[in-house]
Amino acid sequence: MYTDRVIEEFTNPQNVGELTDADGFGEVGSPSCGDIMRIYLKIEDDRITDARFRTFGCAAAIASSSVATRMILGMTLSEAWSLSNAEVLDALGGLPEPKVHCSLLAPDAIRVAINDYRVRRGLEPWERKSCSWGGDCASCPKKS
Amino acid sequence: MNDQVERPVYMDHAATTFMKPEVVAAMVPYLSEYFGNPSSLYRFSREPREGIEAARRQVAVAIGATPQEIFFTAGGTEADNWAIKGVALANRARGNHIVTSAIEHHAVLHTCEWLEKQGFSVTYLPVDGFGRVDPGDVEAAITDATILVSVMTANNEIGTVQPVAEIGRVAHDHGVLFHTDAVQAIGAVPIDVDVMNVDLLSLSGHKFYGPKGTGALYIRRGTRIETLIHGGGQEQRRRAGTENVPGIVGLGRAIELATADIAGHNRRIAAMRDRLVRGVLDAIPDARLNGHPTERLANNANFSFRYVEGESILLLLDGRGIAASTGSACSSGSLDPSHVLLAIGLSHEEAHGSLRLTLGDANTEDDVDYILEVLPEVIGRLRDISPLTPPSPGAPEAE
Repeated sequence: MYTDRVIEEFTNPQNVGELTDADGFGEVGSPSCGDIMRIYLKIEDDRITDARFRTFGCAAAIASSSVATRMILGMTLSEAWSLSNAEVLDALGGLPEPKVHCSLLAPDAIRVAINDYRVRRGLEPWERKSCSWGGDCASCPKKS
Repeated sequence: MNDQVERPVYMDHAATTFMKPEVVAAMVPYLSEYFGNPSSLYRFSREPREGIEAARRQVAVAIGATPQEIFFTAGGTEADNWAIKGVALANRARGNHIVTSAIEHHAVLHTCEWLEKQGFSVTYLPVDGFGRVDPGDVEAAITDATILVSVMTANNEIGTVQPVAEIGRVAHDHGVLFHTDAVQAIGAVPIDVDVMNVDLLSLSGHKFYGPKGTGALYIRRGTRIETLIHGGGQEQRRRAGTENVPGIVGLGRAIELATADIAGHNRRIAAMRDRLVRGVLDAIPDARLNGHPTERLANNANFSFRYVEGESILLLLDGRGIAASTGSACSSGSLDPSHVLLAIGLSHEEAHGSLRLTLGDANTEDDVDYILEVLPEVIGRLRDISPLTPPSPGAPEAE
């Protein structure tokens, strides 16, 4: 059901761990839902210089955590903020339809961590859209 | 990890079994030379017809019934549907209430839910922490309107064996019909429909080394039941459709083999299973065995590992050649984890972290060794990724 790309990313995830001196931290999900992601960001001059994660969840959740933390390395905060679920899916070569919602976890966690950084710096948190789906509404995984 | 030994180990026999060579051999002539329609009059029909009747006798002997009480179906799901809908529709003048348990297979639960939409009322009895139905609860649930009690012989996920004979007696004391889904029990639990007070019993060929797409419903003589599949006059005019002759012959041979020495089979399988369970619980902290310590199928081991999710476990095991199963929602496409694991009181997190290993006739002690080598590694890797894993007591600064 998963592509080889997803299995590879899940079997050898990158950026697993924590940053004790993180500038931004985000956590989304809950154990009862079956997935939780925690993300730690190191930020210098408005750019993400390091990102680590810990995820409890299925292969899709772990693979999308891994790929998303790689994608945002070197991005400015506003670039990372606009990382969409659809871009994560693309990087994974797609997910089976019932699994698409698992990939919402990573972009959500990144936004929570960015706002954590902003608040720590005394800045206004950016407004999180209720929707992190970057594709068109017709293909939204939460629609069903 | 990639350079490590990988060997195929199939430990998901509750999902399905391979066909035994003797079963395949029995079927082969009916896939070729004995192709005739059993309902026809000419000589081409004789062998197929005799093959079906021999299989019917084999099934009857295996469960202590008479051949006239055995009806072949296209599987366990059809048998469950027929038993429950058939009894409900035939007895609706007498009442509209059915008693079943919260941990039945979906073939029973979803059939009951459909009947609720048709105006029937269903009581879903709770189970204890081991997955057992209390016969006292069955008695308390029976009303004047109750027409059927349906409780499985043994559970497919956690392997718990139910006190079927007692539940059947309670049902009969109140003049209520008793159905049991014995799909997981054939070959593992000795079945005698008279001793067990059973009026209807479902079974499925591919769970005991027979072919898929085959099953049977035992219907005690005199039981009021409607027909589900209408058409031709096959199966004493009660289940229409040209018979799956090779499948039926295979099912017959398979049940004969599976029930020839249940006690010996269970001793051998349970010895391996018990070593597996002890080994897993010794090697992996924060793990529990789900189900009953003793009243369980000899081949069933069901664990919960905290801080990790079941689908991830399955995929890493699959990467090492091991086939297993989980009650996690993530493997089913639904949002909720296994209804069975929730019914025995597990939290969502514990249910998401479940792993079922079900042994079969081809498994060896080497297979158990291999799982005991691989599984702790797999759980350890996922716990290293999980944010829920507590810091280990042997963390660096403590040393």
